[in-house]
Amino acid sequence: MRKDSFIYRFFNLYYEGFRDMKLGRTLWTIILIKLFIMFAILKVFFFPNFLKEHAPGNESSYVATELIDRAEP
Amino acid sequence: MTNLLLIDAGTIEWSRAQFALTAIYHWLFVPLTLGLAVIMGIMETCYYRTKDTFWKDAAKFWQKLFGINFAMGIATGIILEFEFGTNWSNYSWFVGDIFGAPLAVEGIVAFFMESTFVAVMYFGWNKVSRGFHLASTWLTGLGATISAWWILVANAWMQYPVGCEFNPDTMRHEMVSFSEVALSPFAISKFCHTVTSAWIVGAVFCVGVCCWYLMKKRDTRLALESLKIGAIVGLVASLLAAATGHKSAQDVAEVQPMKLAAMEALYNGGTDVGLTAVAWVNPFSQPDYANDESAPLKIEMPYALSFMATNDIHGYVPGINDLLNGYTKPDGTREPSIDEKIERGKKAIVALADYRKARQEGVPVDSLGAQLATINENMKYFGYGYIKDKDQVVPYIPINFWAFRIMVGIGCLLILFFAIVIAGAYKWPAKLWQKRDITSLPHWHYWVAIALIPLAYIASESGWLVAEFGRQPWTIQDMLPTWVAVSDLHSSSVIITFFLFLILFTTMLAVEINILIKQIKKGPDYSA
Ligand code: HEM
Repeated sequence: MRKDSFIYRFFNLYYEGFRDMKLGRTLWTIILIKLFIMFAILKVFFFPNFLKEHAPGNESSYVATELIDRAEP
Repeated sequence: MTNLLLIDAGTIEWSRAQFALTAIYHWLFVPLTLGLAVIMGIMETCYYRTKDTFWKDAAKFWQKLFGINFAMGIATGIILEFEFGTNWSNYSWFVGDIFGAPLAVEGIVAFFMESTFVAVMYFGWNKVSRGFHLASTWLTGLGATISAWWILVANAWMQYPVGCEFNPDTMRHEMVSFSEVALSPFAISKFCHTVTSAWIVGAVFCVGVCCWYLMKKRDTRLALESLKIGAIVGLVASLLAAATGHKSAQDVAEVQPMKLAAMEALYNGGTDVGLTAVAWVNPFSQPDYANDESAPLKIEMPYALSFMATNDIHGYVPGINDLLNGYTKPDGTREPSIDEKIERGKKAIVALADYRKARQEGVPVDSLGAQLATINENMKYFGYGYIKDKDQVVPYIPINFWAFRIMVGIGCLLILFFAIVIAGAYKWPAKLWQKRDITSLPHWHYWVAIALIPLAYIASESGWLVAEFGRQPWTIQDMLPTWVAVSDLHSSSVIITFFLFLILFTTMLAVEINILIKQIKKGPDYSA
């Protein structure tokens, strides 16, 4: 591929940028650890979608019952 | 069958506390991102115009600090969305596609703008033209600001639901006018105030860091030049925040008068109402607004609240008791009392129940016109159907009252501070600064500037306390109180995640502050 082509320069920007990072390495490590904790641990084990778990495919009826029953008689 | 009585009271309070914790933590990062974006953009513009490498080094230094804060803030907002789905499932369903659209646009814009322009900003020095690099730096900031716009549109909708219709079949709100939602006047005011106040935080941070260098007598040119830029941005932003804050307060007066009454501890309204400068409102207990005439030891600016709320010094401003008991507006229309609103809310809920029952029995929609009409007529008071006691619709006054004063007080202090810093940096008036030099003042001057950094954060967080505590108990204004919005969860699961977050957030914050301080101590890397 020609080195002055747009695509080469585009990928090279990212490639060399990531390769030459110093502080960036620490920051990316922190970002990845954070994303892992959030998506692989917190989301999976602690934050399930309540309606999908309790009323899969039937969310509107479930919410209707909740909203109607929580009103004072 | 779920009944309110079976919903664990702890679940509501812990879910609220968890949401507050997450939002407050998230908001530690956002204002500095938006504020530093302007500072670094101006630095790089100076480089673009002068070609002096000093400005390039300065821009790179502030971009580094921006990057640390940006990296730490990334995804902290996503946790709020997790909480919507788990703790606030009724609410999430009920708001329907109103949230989906703005948040989806936000996600897409953020991803594309940030992944492209942030990369060019950090990796593109010497690889792309100076002009393109400069554009990328500004677009990085613009991308973050546009993200904030969509989030604030979603927030504004909860405070002032417009551009939607409730569908009793799906139990969701459906957007009928994207432009009404996206360009709601409430959202515009919120955006202007939030963004200008974020610039203040960036400016205070910048000036504080510069003062530290001046105190240490190092990197003096960078410190002095950055200080000038920071102080000018800060002064402009503070004046704009005061003006936009005034506009926000007018919006609040119009669409959330109970919030305004709580902010002002105004128990009984009227015409020619003064703006409370200070009064004794016990921070730890809800005042007896029903029986007290007004908060004790009140010092007020005559007519100012009437003027602020209505643009007329004789304008009528309702107090908490007026809002509870109903009142006649100056234009002759009547604002219903809470009891009347409760009646209307109940009517809407009963009509909804009848409608859904009939639909389940196979009755066609065409035959249910009466129920639909009742729902539509009373939907704006739907949430009042869940109110058992009038006092439930009064927000916690002490937090609103004090948080508002802290925000405005710090805002005024900062206007003065930035004006003094500019005067010092430009030696104006010359006579006063003849024997003084801003680069060699007694240390306590610099410490004052550094101490203002946490104060600016406190002002910013206080703003959110006013905005969010002031609208209690509503998750959606007048339509859904917290105790109906919350999922039928056991409080123990929310308590566990609350403390998990507390540990995670404290650790992350300690890490961020540590990295930031290290980089500030290290200082800029100067080109050879
Ligand atoms: C100086 C005069 C100021 C006035 C009159 C003012 C007024 C207001 C008002 C009325 C609100 C509530 C808006 C709502 O509930 O929708 C608000 C919110 C807020 N304020 Fe201020 N404010 C001022 C200064 C500041 C300062 C100095 C900061 C931060 C450095 C700040 C940051 C915020 C934030 C972050 C919010 C929440 C977002 C929003 O609702 O707009 N404000 N302000």
